[in-house]
Amino acid sequence: MSDSAKDLHSEHMVINMGPSHPVTHGTVKFLLTLEGETIVDMKVDIGYLHRGFEKMCENGTWEQVMPYTDRLNYVSPLINNVGYALAVEKLIDIDVPERCKYIRVIASELARISDHYTNIAASGLELGAFTAFLYFVEARELIWDLIEMMCGARVTSNYVRIGGIKNDLPDGFKTKARESFKRCRQLWADVDKLLTKNRIFIDRVRDVGIMPPDEAIAWGFTGPCLRACGIPYDVRKFHPYLVYDQMDFEVPVGAKGDNFDRYLVRMEEINQSMRIVEQAMEKIPSGPINVDMPEYRWQSKDDIGNRIESLIFHFKTVIEGIKPPKGEIYSAVEGANGELGFYLVSDGSGKPYKCRVRPPCFPLTAAMPRMVKGGFIADIVPTFDMINMIGGECDR
Amino acid sequence: MKNNVTTNKLNARFLESIVETHSYRGDDTAIVKKEKLFEICTFLRDDEELLYNFMMDLTAVDYLGREPRFEVVYHLYSLTYNRRFRIKTLVSESECSVDSIVPIWVSANWFEREVYDLYGIIFKGHPELRRILLYEEFQGHPLRKDYPINKRQPLIGPTN
Repeated sequence: MSDSAKDLHSEHMVINMGPSHPVTHGTVKFLLTLEGETIVDMKVDIGYLHRGFEKMCENGTWEQVMPYTDRLNYVSPLINNVGYALAVEKLIDIDVPERCKYIRVIASELARISDHYTNIAASGLELGAFTAFLYFVEARELIWDLIEMMCGARVTSNYVRIGGIKNDLPDGFKTKARESFKRCRQLWADVDKLLTKNRIFIDRVRDVGIMPPDEAIAWGFTGPCLRACGIPYDVRKFHPYLVYDQMDFEVPVGAKGDNFDRYLVRMEEINQSMRIVEQAMEKIPSGPINVDMPEYRWQSKDDIGNRIESLIFHFKTVIEGIKPPKGEIYSAVEGANGELGFYLVSDGSGKPYKCRVRPPCFPLTAAMPRMVKGGFIADIVPTFDMINMIGGECDR
Repeated sequence: MKNNVTTNKLNARFLESIVETHSYRGDDTAIVKKEKLFEICTFLRDDEELLYNFMMDLTAVDYLGREPRFEVVYHLYSLTYNRRFRIKTLVSESECSVDSIVPIWVSANWFEREVYDLYGIIFKGHPELRRILLYEEFQGHPLRKDYPINKRQPLIGPTN
């Protein structure tokens, strides 16, 4: 045995997985060192979708940043919109009207639902569960219809504005949302039956990509991946923004921190987000949706024609951009993947001096080698699915 | 500000290494001397009353025309006490380096590579300091304020 083993070809094999591989949705390259099927070493190469987000922001006005944020996490752009708007509002120190807060909560939660649908659907697909994919894509379609009704676009929403939102909820939104949620819940139950007790699915995800809680913290995990380790850190609960403190919802946590827990946490978060949307639609007060501060938020056409300060600031904000006071702030919201933070520095001019995004999937992707080393090459697929790396956000 | 635990503890322990502390819109900040950065960060993570176990974000800002030119900014979060804190350190262009904090928070690894990539600040003691978002042959550091927005890069062929 020992002699014949020496003659075997037993050098490590180095292979490239990606940058354009069907399961690496989003362009990323893994440089793998393999011993048979076992991963000995892994290097992650990102940056294929780098567009210079920060450089673009520094050369546009504060308001021109909004469409760029759509393209960060392009699966839940509304949360990015809300996060950026809240950050600039913190810098200026303004408080948006109550109705606007509720609409922003509805928008964020719809985006979260669609993000989790996409994530679970794609993970199912990549592990061979094509039916689950079709069901959740149908559900996502329904949510996207709602988002389209709300802001006119399905993916690049560009809905939120600094000091308000683009438009109010359309008539019939509540009824449409209720009908859609009914169907979404049926589809959720179908996917739950198809995946949660499916032997093939469980074999691929359970006990794979385990991350102990203390290490998850050290690696900077946030969002569903951190909660899967049993740590209930959720920005919506720990640093409530908008009206999340008035909403009744649970934060699901996992036990082991493996891919199955991450899947279960996401599944439950879909339900919780639906609860939040329903509560917000019940409680939403009437009133204005924009702050009445012409120096920061565009006024209505009627006001521009009839109020002198609205007219003046309309010209000034269009030409020079709004001018937050000098200072720096960090503001975080709960993105679909974790803590989405904005660090803004203003020098008092119409352009951001610095507009930094803390992408939640960046530290998650960094921890990929830690999670798959020692496992099989096939384990990369579910682990990479469940950290839900979004190229636009990770590479900016 | 006077009641802030973190600032008080830092002032008590490292008074001569703290350049400035301030609080703006509820964000508490301390600017520290870069020689003491590693020691202060270790203290912030390990002290029983602070326990900043998350290194949430690390970035830099280029204040062109100011001396020292760069600021490296660390955003810390303590899960136990639900507290955030910002540490900043000043880095000059002539001596463009700062101690790596990867031994304290492993999550700093990629963030430091990103700052090196986009600002050209060297992190001493980093295990693998190379470009992350851009490619090896890229010339210059694009987030420096003196990098022109319309600058083009030479074409490169396939490597290796």
